[in-house]
Amino acid sequence: MNIITNPDKLRGFEKHVKVEKVSRRAILKSLGIAGGLVLAAPVTSRQAFAAYQTGAGKMPHGTVVDPHIFVAIAPDGTVTILAHRSEMGTGVRTSLPLIVAEEMEADWSRVKVQQAPGNEAKYGNQDTDGSRSTRHYLLPMRQIGASARAMLEAAAAKRWNVAVSEVKAVNHEVVHSASSRRLGFGDLAADAAKESVPAIETLKLKDPKNFRYLGKGEVSIVDLRDITMGAAHYGIDTRLPGMKYAVIARPPVTGGKLVSFDSSDAMKVSGVEKVMEIKGWPWPSKFQPLGGVAVIARNTGAAIKGRDALKVVWDDGDNGKYDSVTYRTELEEAARKPGLVVRKEGDVDAALKRADKVVVGEYYLPHLAHVSMEPPVAVANVTGDKAEIWAPVQSPGGTREDVAKTLGIPEDNVTVNVTLLGGGFGRKSKCDYALEAALLSKELGVPVKVQWTREDDVRHDFLHTVSAERIEAGLDKNGKVIAWRHRSVAPTIASTFAAGAVHAAPFELGMGLIDMPFEIANIQCENPEAAAHTRIGWFRSVSNIPRAFAVQSMVGELAHATNRDQKDMLLELIGSPRIVNLSSVKDPWNYGEPYDSYPIDTARLRKVVEEVADKGGWGRSVPKGHGLGIAVHRSFVSYIATIVEVSVDDKGKLSVPRVDTAIDCGTYVNPERIQSQIEGAAIMGLSLAKYGEISFKDGKVQQGNFDDFPVIRIDEAPLVTNVYIIEPGPETPPSGVGEPGVPPFAPALINAIFAATGKRIRALPIGKQLEI
Amino acid sequence: MIKVKINGQEHGWDGDPDLPLLWFLRDEVGLTGTKFGCGQALCGACTVMVDKQAVRSCITSVSDVVDREVVTIEGLHPTGDHSVQKAWRQTNVPQCGYCQSGQIMQAAALLTENPKPSHDQIREAMSGNICRCGCYQRIENAIHLASTGV
Ligand code: FES
Ligand code: FES
Repeated sequence: MNIITNPDKLRGFEKHVKVEKVSRRAILKSLGIAGGLVLAAPVTSRQAFAAYQTGAGKMPHGTVVDPHIFVAIAPDGTVTILAHRSEMGTGVRTSLPLIVAEEMEADWSRVKVQQAPGNEAKYGNQDTDGSRSTRHYLLPMRQIGASARAMLEAAAAKRWNVAVSEVKAVNHEVVHSASSRRLGFGDLAADAAKESVPAIETLKLKDPKNFRYLGKGEVSIVDLRDITMGAAHYGIDTRLPGMKYAVIARPPVTGGKLVSFDSSDAMKVSGVEKVMEIKGWPWPSKFQPLGGVAVIARNTGAAIKGRDALKVVWDDGDNGKYDSVTYRTELEEAARKPGLVVRKEGDVDAALKRADKVVVGEYYLPHLAHVSMEPPVAVANVTGDKAEIWAPVQSPGGTREDVAKTLGIPEDNVTVNVTLLGGGFGRKSKCDYALEAALLSKELGVPVKVQWTREDDVRHDFLHTVSAERIEAGLDKNGKVIAWRHRSVAPTIASTFAAGAVHAAPFELGMGLIDMPFEIANIQCENPEAAAHTRIGWFRSVSNIPRAFAVQSMVGELAHATNRDQKDMLLELIGSPRIVNLSSVKDPWNYGEPYDSYPIDTARLRKVVEEVADKGGWGRSVPKGHGLGIAVHRSFVSYIATIVEVSVDDKGKLSVPRVDTAIDCGTYVNPERIQSQIEGAAIMGLSLAKYGEISFKDGKVQQGNFDDFPVIRIDEAPLVTNVYIIEPGPETPPSGVGEPGVPPFAPALINAIFAATGKRIRALPIGKQLEI
Repeated sequence: MIKVKINGQEHGWDGDPDLPLLWFLRDEVGLTGTKFGCGQALCGACTVMVDKQAVRSCITSVSDVVDREVVTIEGLHPTGDHSVQKAWRQTNVPQCGYCQSGQIMQAAALLTENPKPSHDQIREAMSGNICRCGCYQRIENAIHLASTGV
């Protein structure tokens, strides 16, 4: 069972515990069985005129919609808009400020974006994860922009002594058309700042048909020019006067400890200045550092060379026995036995018994490392009881809290400057590298940069979980699926927060297991126990990867077993257009979103399948050795279907000529960035399907760099990835984009390989399985 | 004291002559446009040009570039308007952007050597440069665009 010893202290985990309660209440409400009590949302997250509700207000610190905080207008008319979420490649640093600019009628060419430091009391929640930014902030950002516009209009009306209804903000100025007078935003800035912030329910949002920027995809990311010139500032690019460079030797086994070290050779390396122990915390310890030996030098190269010369003795501890081969067998055996029932409709045992045919699929997916292109890195400058951090973090607010706690100083004394992130994918939601820098800077009394090498990154990651998935599907004599049992076994992320957690947390169950959308009379989902032996963490799309792989592979297997087209089988399983009733599930989680705004809508699920089949040429004839595969998955409350065309040559070499993906992410901001996220998701999906495997022997990660943990390169990339974005209905709430593209890719690929070769791959990575 | 020429400027170095050029550029000279991704010539993030050839600075020592011309992303074009840089912007190539200095330097070196590379030649020449965000389709399109004049 889950033993969460001290949930209040575990911010990341607590966050999910909180959300889960709320969404359950919302679901009960949507089903008409709620009690009378409705929680009052915090004032800062009021959405009085909102057409839809989101879970934003229930995140730590909710949302803030004060234009004084987010918008500044200089006398020359330059509008500065704060970006309070982290940029890791999704385009959020551009798209959220763009929403504000749109609503306030600012001219984007006169807008500057400034990155906010970590301060959630001031800016609201800053955890850039869970594909939440647009879905939680589209409305608040519009409200901020609309407030700013109203204040500018009020200031102009006063200046001209006319009714505010006679004036209108248009393209960076306020116009009184009756008298043809106009005043620039810069001229009005000082007066507008004195206006009171209008009540949210009085705000008038722009009619979407008048949008100049939103939904158009014509605005490039704000950092584009800097990136192409090498001038964009990532975490690794921070340099301070007197700064020292550190690399750290960490215990090779999770939970291991330093016994002793000999630094005499390391100290002989030119440029090395000091070798010292750095404190570690016993496992599991959330995001606290692992400890070890730090080598301090005048540059990174010297620090790395110094570390190579270190002699260290470690005590590996209990996880020294962790072995991926044995562990796989354990997981697969657990998946063959009953486990904790987490969803139950009808009587699956009876239905399986009377089934005409039972198809069983056992699937295995190994650990994955994030390998963001920029390895973890952070700079800290600790002076007295104050600390300043510069780091590429997805969690600026959480980092601030954790630095304060680790150093034992008040949070107000900690400044976290958020740089650009050279990729994140969930790794940079964990701020251990910033904590390491803070500890060393405190100790040394100078600014310190801690640089992780690629080997550090691969060997000390918070890995994507490893899992065994087993599905039994029972068919009646007409080939209709009447029973579905899905067992999912994987070490849980909760194990990184508390010892003894062996069952999936609600947020993990809710990622493709209990939210399975098929219309089947007898459904049972089970979650047998699995103990963790390494740090498990969020990886882009999280548990959706193994669940979508299993469920959508099984659809392919069922199509084959009943001699039907994959797409037809898929649509039959999805069944009638309806809102899926999850009343049998204790805690449906639903990505923290209220179910009435974000239900599982099978009409939308069907629509992406039909759209991709239509536009992506499902059923087209393909050359010999080629095959088409399809998969669909709802995750992060978006709906995505993918068709992969694969080619397998006579030696078993695989290539991907074409990918087609349809996405329904509701109301969207920047279709061009959605397209780039989906293109990237195909690459990440192909990487994990073809190569992705982190394995353990004697408790140690067996891989270290891109030679033994390969990712897809340009010569293996799909020749073309086509993206079709479903036009949202009016007021369709926005939903996730960053993550949902990944889960359907691998099963679509595997179904395509089956179509091409007749070979069914059930364990990832594909590796050499196709080689002849 | 070793002397090396970077972006047309001379820099002296009296430290370890074996120091990888990458860390000399980034930590000692302060040219941070060149990135670290693997340290083992596996990813291309650290690509610079040495005598017009693309070179992985993570496995090149400072002493290896004595009497040679090193060009980094900062020195590729005085205003950042090299045809490759312009094509990159027109095609909106980057996601996180971290790999892009290396990609651009590799692409620029390719076009110097082969002004009109084919699809296969692009894929071959760029295969040492990893983009974890997966911008490959756009990288290829941008190189075609740069090769046909932006
Ligand atoms: S850092 Fe030099 S090739 Fe990767
Ligand atoms: S753009 Fe992020 S690694 Fe290439």
